[in-house]
This record gives sequence, C-alpha cells and structure tokens, in this order.
Amino acid sequence: MLWKETDYAGWARVHKARGNVARPERSTQLTRLMEEAPAPAYGMLRSYNDSPLNDGGAAIDMTRMDKILHFDPETGVLEVEAGVQLGDLIRLFAPKGWVPAVVPGTGFPTVGGAIAHDIHGKNHHVLGSFGQHVLSVTLLQPGGKRVEVTAESDAALFRATMGGIGQTGVIVSAKLQMIPTPGNGMTVKETRVGSFDEFLALLDGSDYRYNVGWIDSTATGSALGRGIFEEAELSGGPDKAGGAPALPVPINLPGFALSAPTVKTFNALYWRKVPARGRTHVMSIAQHVFPLDKLHDWYRLYGKRGFHQFQCVVPLQNASVLKEIVQKIARSGLASPLAVIKRMGEGRAGMLSFPMEGYTLAIDFPARDKAETLIKALEAMTVEAEGRLYLGKDALASGDQIKGMYPEWEAWAAQAAKADPDGVLITDIVRRLQLREIGK
Amino acid sequence: MSTWIILGATSSMARAFAREMAETGAAVLVAGRDMDDLRALATDLDARGAAAAAALYFDAGDPATFAPIVKVLGATEGKVSAAVFVGWMPSQAEIDANPSLIDQVGAVNYTGPARFLHELAPLIEERGGTVVGVTSVAGDRGRFSNYVYGSAKAGFATYLSGLRNRLNRSGAHVVTVKPGFVDTSMTWGVEGMFLVAAPSAVAKSIAKAVEKKKNVIYTPGFWWIIMTIIKLVPERIFKKLSF
Ligand SMILES: Cc1cc2nc3c(=O)[nH]c(=O)nc-3n(C[C@H](O)[C@H](O)[C@H](O)COP(=O)(O)OP(=O)(O)OC[C@H]3O[C@@H](n4cnc5c(N)ncnc54)[C@H](O)[C@@H]3O)c2cc1C
Ligand SMILES: NC(=O)c1ccc[n+]([C@@H]2O[C@H](COP(=O)([O-])OP(=O)(O)OC[C@H]3O[C@@H](n4cnc5c(N)ncnc54)[C@H](OP(=O)(O)O)[C@@H]3O)[C@@H](O)[C@H]2O)c1
Repeated sequence: MLWKETDYAGWARVHKARGNVARPERSTQLTRLMEEAPAPAYGMLRSYNDSPLNDGGAAIDMTRMDKILHFDPETGVLEVEAGVQLGDLIRLFAPKGWVPAVVPGTGFPTVGGAIAHDIHGKNHHVLGSFGQHVLSVTLLQPGGKRVEVTAESDAALFRATMGGIGQTGVIVSAKLQMIPTPGNGMTVKETRVGSFDEFLALLDGSDYRYNVGWIDSTATGSALGRGIFEEAELSGGPDKAGGAPALPVPINLPGFALSAPTVKTFNALYWRKVPARGRTHVMSIAQHVFPLDKLHDWYRLYGKRGFHQFQCVVPLQNASVLKEIVQKIARSGLASPLAVIKRMGEGRAGMLSFPMEGYTLAIDFPARDKAETLIKALEAMTVEAEGRLYLGKDALASGDQIKGMYPEWEAWAAQAAKADPDGVLITDIVRRLQLREIGK
Repeated sequence: MSTWIILGATSSMARAFAREMAETGAAVLVAGRDMDDLRALATDLDARGAAAAAALYFDAGDPATFAPIVKVLGATEGKVSAAVFVGWMPSQAEIDANPSLIDQVGAVNYTGPARFLHELAPLIEERGGTVVGVTSVAGDRGRFSNYVYGSAKAGFATYLSGLRNRLNRSGAHVVTVKPGFVDTSMTWGVEGMFLVAAPSAVAKSIAKAVEKKKNVIYTPGFWWIIMTIIKLVPERIFKKLSF
C-alpha cells in the first residue's frame, strides 16, 4: 500500500493538515493497513474543523471503500461500506422506495462520517439522529481486530462509536434501516416569517416531518430573526431523486465578496423571493435537502483564510438566550447569509452526540479576528444557556467548555482507550480539546 | 438484454464505469484476479440496478483463463460488449534494472487483452456490441521516463484501430480511450502528477463516448491539445527532453 504525503483541510479551511495518507481501494488493503500501520480515518472532509485531521501523522482516506454490500427491498435494510456518500444512496434507492432515515444539509458526507458525528437532519424532531438508525457497525481496530457491534451486543462501545469521532476504530461498514418514500420528490411549503418570536411559534407548531428555517442574519429591530420557514414531506413527482450537476467555484474569492453590504442585499432579496402569502412546490429530494450542493467547493467564496461555522443548540426553556445570540450576530454585521434555525428533538445515539431537545442555530462567519472574538462570546452564551456546541463544526471552544457540555465524555474516553490503547487513532480535534486525557 | 464484460474491474476507473453500465440496467460481468473484491463489486452492481452481475477470473498473463469467459458470454442473450481496463505500469527504473519485466508489461497492457478480444470478436460480430479499450496518452509518443509502458499502450491502441475496422463491417463498434492522469491507485503517491481527473468523471466520459459511438477519445478532453503539441515537437528536440 502506497502512502502519499499530502495537504488536506477541514471544510471551512481554518484547520489544515499535512501528512501521509493511504487510500485503500479494497477491503483486504484496509485490513492490512490496520494490522501494520493503523491510523485514523476520514471521509469526504465535510466537517468544518479539525475533526478529520491528523497533522504531521498518518490518515486513511475511506472514500474508495464505497461498495453496497446488501440491500433488502422488502425491509429497506441496507449494508454499505463506510465510504459510500449519502447523496448517492438517495439517488440510487429513492426510485426503489427507500431513503436514508437521516441526511445532513449536503449529500457528500460518507456513512462513516455520518456515524462518527451522529449527524442530524431536517427531520431530527421526528426521527432523531443518524446513529439511531444504525442496526450494526463493523469496526477495524488497531492491530486488525474486526468487531461487529450492535446496541445490544456491546452498548457502551456502540454508544462510544455513534458520534465518537472515529476513536473506537475505523468504521468499515454499517447496516442501516432506511425509511420508505413514496417517490423521488419533496413537497415543500415556504412561509415568510417576520420575526424571531414568530419563528419559534412556527417551529413549535409544525407537524411536517422535515422542517428548517432560514434566518436573515442582518435584520435588526422589529425584523430581528425574520426569515423563511420551509416545511416538507417526501412525495412523488420528479423522475430523478438527485440534484442538477453542480457549478464550480473555481478560485478563492477576494475578501470583499461577502462583505456586509453584499450580504444585506442578498438576504433582503432572498427573503422577498417567497411571496407574502407563502407558496408550495415540488422538487427532487436532493434539491430540497442539499441546497448548497448546487455549488461545488463553495468554501472558496470565503477566500484564502476560510470561515467558521458557529452551531449551538440550547434547551427550549432558554430560547431567550438564543434570541440574544441572534441579536448580537445581527448587530455585529459580521455574518454570512447562511443562518439556519431548527427545533431539535431529544434523539441522540452516542455519548458525544450533539443533539438535545431545544433550538439549534448554525451560521457562517468569514474568518477574521473580529468574528473569532464574537464567536467566543457566543460560545460563552451557549455555556450559560446550558446548551451544546457541535464537534463537527466548532473550532474555537476550549476543552473545558466542551467537556462541560458532554457529561459522558469520560465514559467515552474510557471506551476509546480500550479500543485504541496506544492512541494511534488520535486526531487534531482530540488533541486540541484533550478529549482522551482522563483525570488531567 | 445487453451484457458487459469489464476486464481489470478492481481498478477504480473500471469500477466507476461498471456502475455507469449497471445504472443503465445492463448485465455486468466483472473480471480480474482478486475474486473477493470482484464478488463484492458484483453485489454492489446488482444493488445499483444491473440486470445481473457476477465475478469471473481473468489473468492477462494466463490465456487459459480467456476461453471460459467467452463461453459464459456465449450463454447470454443479446448484445455483448467488453471494456478493457487492465494495465500495469512499473517505473522505468524498475524495468531498466530488470528488463524481463518488458514481457509482462507487454502481456498485461497489450498482448493479453488483444488475444482475449480476438477470441471474443466472433461473438461480438454475431450479436453486436461495443468494445472499449483503455490505452493511455503515454502511448502517443515514447518518452524517456515511461517508454516501455507507453509502447505497450501504443501497440494496444493500434490493435484497437484495426479491430474497429474489422468490427465496423458487422455494425459493432470500438472506442479507444486515452486517459491523461487519473486519480487511481496507479498514480496515488506518484510524483509529477498534475490535472488529475476523478475516475468517476473519466467513467462518465467513456459512457458518453460509447453512446455517441466515438472512435478515439482523450479524457479529460483537454489532453487532446496537450498531446497534439507533444506530438508536434520535432524529434531532434524531443530526444533531448527528459519527462
Ligand atoms: C454544507 C454542509 C452542511 C452540513 N449540514 C449538516 C447537518 O445538517 N447536520 C449535521 O449533523 N451535519 C452537517 N454537516 C456536517 C457533516 O455532516 C459532518 O461533518 C459529517 O461528519 C461529514 O462527513 P464526512 O464523510 O465528510 O466525514 P469527515 O469530515 O471526513 O470526518 C468526520 C469525522 O468522522 C471520522 N470518520 C470519517 N470516516 C470514518 C470512518 N470510516 N471510520 C472512523 N471514523 C471516520 C473522522 O475521523 C472525523 O472525526 C454539514 C456539512 C456541510 C459542509
Ligand atoms: N491512472 C492513470 O493516470 C492512467 C492514465 C492512463 C491510462 N491508465 C490506464 O487505465 C487503466 C486502469 O488503470 P488504473 O489507473 O485504474 O490503475 P489500477 O488500479 O492499477 O488498475 C489496473 C487494473 O489492471 C489489472 N491487472 C494488472 N495486471 C493484471 C493481470 N496480469 N491480469 C489481469 N488484470 C491485471 C489490475 O488488477 P489487480 O487488482 O488484480 O492488480 C487492475 O484491475 C489501465 O489500463 C491503465 O494503464 C491509467
């Protein structure tokens, strides 16, 4: 197996790494690697931060381990290698009446990455997180030990693996329970929302299975928190479930491209795109759930320095803190147009899973010193609201802040130590947050 | 129904092309030496929509493995198409140290696949179908750093040109594919790679060439310009270059 010394980076380009990367094309190669030179794995590098990176060390690129191992059209149970991308699963299986139960806001992530961050989607309030639909997962641990784990066979290892940022072993394959769909489409209802409080009321009252809100992060005063609420259901319609081919962003854009005036204008137009009385239309599943996949490599919009995504979830009763957070962002004028709000249910499958019942907000900031200071303040507000930050996105919180948000982290670290006693799977995020240093 | 046989199917480029064909609903047979991987691939193709899928043993260096495959194809119904992705590129330095490798490079990249196609040609003439032969831009001109591999690819390209002429008489078609640099295990970690294309993009362009009955394609397409320029460099200058 050949190693390649290469540069790679988290999606937001703030964290970068250089090191030897192996890219097995078949399972015998992967097994040999884990026997002879075990290393942490990564997928499509769609995590924003240093979660998939091992700067100065070795890593395994899992994207070529992408075979479908078994599909049962009767039950919707699908077994796949970890490098399969979720968007491909929608394209292939929606026409047969099944889709993955949980998908994120982009179709590129792999099943391995979806498990390692126990991802959530627009239907979290109904179906919970990705790991809750994993029937079993097969791990290859350092030394080449192969274990198939279910929630029953070894609950602690299973819960340490779902959302476990790859520290319990390389995920080789997984068995997933998909959900039925009547077709390749989604019927989407869009509503204009005038204010933050109106948004919360709509989120609380929605009985759609998929919903998400877009907030105009520049609006202030009485328009604070205005936006568009999208509610959707799987439906028939288009003859294909995939999206249109993506347009490339060929170069890094200069810094002014996302300056405050541009963003403000864009947002105002976006908000008015939906008529005041609302509208309903049918589109392909991918067009609705993966809106950003229309642009390839869109991190380049933020120029060379990259960007940050701040994502928090706060418990329902502390929604007022979330409003203060939105206010602080609006006043700063530092944010990009991409702000998303959603109500989450309780569903989570692992010890380090992000979700909790409450409201989650996700928003991008071009990487500037001022933005970093602001994000740190928002993080402190999240702590105060007894909320959580997302390990697949956050780049700035301290280890103590994160550990405080994830009370099971020590139980998780113990499982990681058992699976990987020599620490060969440790990645940059684990080092930065000292997540595997128990008792220090 | 139409059946594809994919030779060298453990290659990521071949795998991507086999998936393209599976999604059109063809039956896809995958052949090569790593039977575990090929059987897993057959299951994958089945789930992706192939009318049928199975793994067969093929070793370019062992002609005894050819006839059984032709026999399996003979037992199918409808058009028979073949895609050859088999290839092997030891470094020129390894070859210089061990010239007997030249025989194997010739067998894997040229004579093995050509003999297989020769044994299969009568069936394609009878039933109709398409042959895809993957050669390389390296075959367009012998270069200091890669001329043994390049010459084998050139031999295969010339064979394909003649086979196209022959099969054209019965209405069957041959597509010669000349990839530039592709991001596969052959090039992973090899120095001096640039403008490296994704195997899935190359597979899509091959599928399109099959549909449009193209004769010779460079993929990605811009390699046609690069190779036209390289071919135009006069020999007295070219012999002094070392790339
Ligand atoms: C535009 C966009 C929208 C997004 N929307 C959402 C969203 O709505 N909800 C959400 O939850 N997330 C969202 N994300 C985040 C994304 O879903 C996660 O970061 C996901 O983990 C990325 O998967 P990946 O294959 O790219 O993994 P990577 O980013 O490459 O890796 C993620 C983690 O998984 C580990 N890992 C990957 N593969 C394996 C393996 N085979 N074995 C062991 N460990 C492995 C890595 O070590 C790393 O810790 C979004 C990201 C983007 C860019
Ligand atoms: N990558 C590039 O940049 C590039 C550029 C131009 C042309 N090409 C050509 O594209 C084709 C695909 O190559 P690739 O890049 O995908 O590399 P690859 O992964 O090394 O694929 C080569 C394939 O040939 C098979 N093979 C080698 N020797 C064989 C033998 N004796 N019998 C049967 N099969 C044999 C391999 O099978 P095993 O798994 O059994 O070894 C493998 O399936 C090759 O013809 C290559 O020359 C590649």
